[in-house]
Amino acid sequence: MTAITRAEVAHLATLARLDLTETELDHYAQQLDVILQSVARVSEIATADIPATSHPLPLENVFRDDVALPCLDRSEVLAAAPAHEDDRFKVPRILDEEH
Amino acid sequence: MSTAMPETIPYDEALNLFEPVFGLEVHVEMGTNSKMFCPCPTAFGGEPNTQVCPVCLGLPGSMPVVNRTAVESTIRIGLALNCTIAEWCRFARKNYFYPDMPKDYQISQYDEPLCSNGYLDVTVATAEGPKVVRVEIERVHMEEDTGKLTHTGGATGRIHGADYSLVDYNRAGIPLIEIVTKPVAGAGHLVADVAKAYVAELRDLMRALEVSDVRMEEGSLRCDVNLSLNKPGSPMGTRSETKNVNSLRSVERAVRSEVERQSALLTAGGRVVQETRHFHEDIGRSTSGRSKEQAEDYRYFPEPDLVPIAPSPAWIDELRATLPELPSAKRSRLEAKWGITPFELATVVNAGALDLVEETIAAGVESAAARKWWTGELLRTANDQGIELADLPVTPAQIARVEALVADGSLNDKLARQVFEGIIAGEGDVDEVIASRGLAVVSDDTSLLAAIDEALLAQPDVADKIRSGKVQAAGAIVGAVMKSTRGQADAAKVRALLLDRLGVTEA
Repeated sequence: MTAITRAEVAHLATLARLDLTETELDHYAQQLDVILQSVARVSEIATADIPATSHPLPLENVFRDDVALPCLDRSEVLAAAPAHEDDRFKVPRILDEEH
Repeated sequence: MSTAMPETIPYDEALNLFEPVFGLEVHVEMGTNSKMFCPCPTAFGGEPNTQVCPVCLGLPGSMPVVNRTAVESTIRIGLALNCTIAEWCRFARKNYFYPDMPKDYQISQYDEPLCSNGYLDVTVATAEGPKVVRVEIERVHMEEDTGKLTHTGGATGRIHGADYSLVDYNRAGIPLIEIVTKPVAGAGHLVADVAKAYVAELRDLMRALEVSDVRMEEGSLRCDVNLSLNKPGSPMGTRSETKNVNSLRSVERAVRSEVERQSALLTAGGRVVQETRHFHEDIGRSTSGRSKEQAEDYRYFPEPDLVPIAPSPAWIDELRATLPELPSAKRSRLEAKWGITPFELATVVNAGALDLVEETIAAGVESAAARKWWTGELLRTANDQGIELADLPVTPAQIARVEALVADGSLNDKLARQVFEGIIAGEGDVDEVIASRGLAVVSDDTSLLAAIDEALLAQPDVADKIRSGKVQAAGAIVGAVMKSTRGQADAAKVRALLLDRLGVTEA
């Protein structure tokens, strides 16, 4: 019984925009399966009285006051971008990527 | 196709055949000073990319911190919508690739919304009088707004055919509240009215709570409309989701057009495709967007960069105590107090004049006069200037002063309008404008009679008509006198003096 199928890995790759070869798919499906099976052993130990953890620190309600502070300088911000135009970030056409 | 099927069936006819079910997802931008997870300002209309920082640009190593006021606003909205407030909840990461979010994910809430299971009662007008419909609320959750895309190249400025897109991240990270209804069935022919009334009520509620300025034209309240049709007695049909519905009128039109389109499809033996449709304000219709045959996979997981929110009962009680009188209660109270109909009150509400009229009445002005100024002359001026009524430099106290001067005969209606014109033009307070513009009703008989004689001489034929008993001709002379006194005479008084002068009595 595998923890993850090759088809599921292919689907995840598509969602993550990763272009994997057939060989890579085989390879990663195998590796992920080992990882997931190992993690699954933790679930065998964790019983109903142990809540799932999503954060390592036992903190709640960490907030900041609603005060506006100065922002980055626009020329610096845009200088870090691959391309910009009219003070905006320039990105490739969107629909081609959206199948 | 050989036989042409109609593309739409008229709304009422369609609803004789099918039962509609609708649901609304409403996004409201909060009016906080700073963004949801970073201290960048949220002001609308700033120069592109000047309200950004490492957090809202998704730069590596930056960490979000939750805005307390945004959480408090969400809880207050939840309480006003009769929701249960979660004892403990988390943010979730919604993964998707689209350049409106530079992180390649949006921080939202998924299966643990802050507020859930509430309701909002809305009133719609029917032939049998007002009807109250309860709209059940599924959830109210927090998330962050996205950046603004401008599509460049191609003919239409739309995403189709664009060569590339430009992104402004000023809006990215502004606190956004999503309010989702449960499916609303049983509205029948009122479905479009109920949907519109719900959004209007929600807008008024946000204003009363002072959590958002809810300017739909600036996109601070946006709706997605879900609609399906089914045969009476059959299960719920397949729904479409119409996005981009950004005015009250469009909510109504989006529902109507989907009823008309889906009913034609179903009647012709076709099926409704589960899809996203885009509403176009200019044509009042939607067009098909992407198909939702495959459920979207956002790979939600608990946001690892933020800790859970666990509002204590004491905090919730504290917030409950800050809730204002809610719009529906306020409307009932004011209708009774001012002795006006729901329709008359709706005019005041739609003008955004409720508080102003209330304050003006409190300043001693009659209800009718207070409503007349704010929903008439002043509203026109505000609309002309493209600003909200409340932003006009006219105060309830000034209206009270002008009305007092009208009552004692020092001003007439026309002069009163000139006073407000002066105030709006920045010429000072009521009495300063009157003094500087020389506005006062001419009441001294000698000068009025001189003006009357002059007008009679100028129009001898009219004078003869009046003498021969055609009293209705007097209007021309009164008009001439009002003109020569630059509107500063009391028209009724001019008329009386004129008839007396010619020895004619009112018919």
